[in-house]
Amino acid sequence: MFRLNDPKLGFCRDCLAPRRAAASRRCAGCGSPRVLVHDELYELRIAHIDCDAFYASIEKRDRPELRDKPLIVGGGKRGVVSTACYLARIKGVRSAMPMFKALELCPEAVVVKPEMEKYASAGRQVRAMMQALTPLVEPVSIDEAFLDLSGTERMHGAPPAFILARFAQDVERELGISVSVGLSYCKFLAKMASDLKKPRGFAVIGKAEAPAFLAEQPVTMIWGVGQAFAQVLHRDGIRTIGQLQRMEQGDLLRRYGSMGNRLFRLSRGDDTRRVEPSNERKSVSAETTFDNDLATAADLVPVLRALSEKVSARLKKGDTAGQTVTLKLKTQDFKTRTRNQRLPDPTRLADRIFETGLGLLRKETDGTRFRLLGIGVSDLSDTARADPPDLIDLRSRKRALAETAVDALREKYGLRAIETGYTFGKGTKGRPPRAESTDTPSMRPPEFWDEMDLPDA
Amino acid sequence: MRVVLERSNLLKALNHVHRVVERRNTIPILSNVLLEAKGGGVDMKATDLDLEITEATLARVDQPGATTVPAHLLYDIVRKLPDGAEVMLKLDEDGNAMTVVAGRSSFRLQCLPQSDFPELSAGSFSHSFSIDGPSLKGLIDKTQFAISTEETRYYLNGIFFHAIESDGKLKLRAVATDGHRLARAEVEAPSGAEGMPGIIIPRKTVGELQKLLDGDAEQTVGVELSETKIRFTIGGIVLTSKLIDGTFPDYQRVIPTQNDKQLVIDRQSFAQAVDRVSTISSERGRAVKLSINDGQLVLAVNNPDSGSATEELAADYSAEPIEIGFNARYLLDVAGQLSGSEARFMLADAGSPTLIHDQSDDQALYVLMPMRV
Repeated sequence: MFRLNDPKLGFCRDCLAPRRAAASRRCAGCGSPRVLVHDELYELRIAHIDCDAFYASIEKRDRPELRDKPLIVGGGKRGVVSTACYLARIKGVRSAMPMFKALELCPEAVVVKPEMEKYASAGRQVRAMMQALTPLVEPVSIDEAFLDLSGTERMHGAPPAFILARFAQDVERELGISVSVGLSYCKFLAKMASDLKKPRGFAVIGKAEAPAFLAEQPVTMIWGVGQAFAQVLHRDGIRTIGQLQRMEQGDLLRRYGSMGNRLFRLSRGDDTRRVEPSNERKSVSAETTFDNDLATAADLVPVLRALSEKVSARLKKGDTAGQTVTLKLKTQDFKTRTRNQRLPDPTRLADRIFETGLGLLRKETDGTRFRLLGIGVSDLSDTARADPPDLIDLRSRKRALAETAVDALREKYGLRAIETGYTFGKGTKGRPPRAESTDTPSMRPPEFWDEMDLPDA
Repeated sequence: MRVVLERSNLLKALNHVHRVVERRNTIPILSNVLLEAKGGGVDMKATDLDLEITEATLARVDQPGATTVPAHLLYDIVRKLPDGAEVMLKLDEDGNAMTVVAGRSSFRLQCLPQSDFPELSAGSFSHSFSIDGPSLKGLIDKTQFAISTEETRYYLNGIFFHAIESDGKLKLRAVATDGHRLARAEVEAPSGAEGMPGIIIPRKTVGELQKLLDGDAEQTVGVELSETKIRFTIGGIVLTSKLIDGTFPDYQRVIPTQNDKQLVIDRQSFAQAVDRVSTISSERGRAVKLSINDGQLVLAVNNPDSGSATEELAADYSAEPIEIGFNARYLLDVAGQLSGSEARFMLADAGSPTLIHDQSDDQALYVLMPMRV
């Protein structure tokens, strides 16, 4: 059992051996500079884990020849940077930057089109590895999540800090991408910490240093302070969190209402939000942005079909069904239209979702050009009532059986083994997802530090 | 126009016609009720373009004329007037407003001209017959619950009425289904119904008709119909409706004929037992499992979120044991419509439609699709 409570004793993030803080800051065993020592290292349990340049890292992993080149994932015809690798970032390339500008800054960059299915699959693998550490994993996006490791010491036989360092190694070894870890006592600071030492970072912010650390940060770092609110604060002369720390609670409340309360608390590092695993899914949906704006049913229907199949596959996998089908369209001028229809019974069939979506889509194809199409189901329930056989519509049962047969074929031979005429031979933006890897990370047995000899520092 | 009516007469007529008027309307005139004063009374008419109700009331007509006023508004005013009040309706000279005066209360309502009011042109009717109120109401009551609300299958959004030869007699038959259950009821066809086309009466019309029949159960109802429209005349009330333009599916093939396992149970104790055990199913539409053995029926509901329930009932059953699940609400709906003391289930297996008869009434039968349990 891990019994170290000497805060002077940290560990090396490379050889994972216990190390005391040394003058050289290098590991006495392996020479790595990545020795982690912190006064509160073994007391902190809330982590934020963020993959480093996620899309770009995956592309580099899969195409080693790109490893040493600046790489930008993004483009297509929309021409925006999704992710830039760190080499490109050195040149000033940033996410959401127009591609032409990125290439001005970094003309030698290699541009790769995003392959979302690949990233989603890797994201799920990372997620699964997180869930092996603790059930309290709250995903923030495809490549980042909060973890609450409280009460996991006994199971892992080691404190959270160590488990997280080992997790970062595991991800690198098994998935070939790197993550950055932020460890603190609350979500707000854990999230800030993960950003401090990217890439391959591991930053710790303890309770004692939190107020001083926060004082230096701009107000925009506070969760809930967006551009508009930041402007309000700037107008009042408030730019740093330190300024907020010096203000009275009543004053902040008077000025900014309920937001003032949040400013007061978060500026002092007081964040009581819990890490909540969001397994309560409210809807399942899929959407895609087109390379070129589409207007006709002939163009939109194949995409709708492919997306319906995607949603259906997720429902089937998750053993859920939904009763309300929602169609989402974004017009050329970025106006969103959503239309929904409630079904008499919950469904998980691609056919049903597609047919319903088609009915909704027909009313919208009035010549308007769309840049995005999405379809989803909500009102989720278990599958007991889903897709009951119909007395009248005998074809529905046959179609359901046909879909089951198609699913079985795809299970065996891959997603593209069999397609409907709607999607067959259609472009990338109407393509069903690829087969997913079913790799699950193996959990290593706990290690027992206290059985090891402690080297002299 | 200037008329004086008794508040109760006015209220009764408005109560019938205002329901047709949708609360939200994009076409202003559809929010209004048409008042037409002539001879010894006032005709009131409201429509939603698919359905139109006209009702004649007695009134003292001082000056004939016609106008339209907001239906719900007028109804709400008259509803709040004291019982026994005399109500005077008087249209301004310029026709822009109507005054409602009762006792010391006075209201002015904005009007739209009569000429704007849409006419649901009835055309000519190919068939007409008379049917007694209770028979028509019975046909509706026994089938209405099975009407589908699924918009995509619009042809199921009503009751299918048709004349059919059965047991050597001509029957007027009503059928409704939503794909999960089917209800069929019939009465002897009134003379004049021979050769009538099969028609689908929309849900809203069915609902209004049912309410009109609730009041004067013993009245005779005049029915006129064509391929596209139907008109019911009940005393002073005339209801005209468009029919659903669609083909009702061949429901006969849905009604099982080979089901050989017969279960006979006491209807009332069955309905009460289903109601009791389904309490445990928090969400609508959870399954009730029927385990049927020699002489015994066990109802069971299992809800992972809240618990489970079982109830045993004595039953007349001698075929091989069977377990089958049904949507609790559907079972209750059917049990609620059966009228005899006993219900007869004809079962095949856990995956096939089950036939339910009223033991005392051969006129009605129900088909239920089982659920997985």
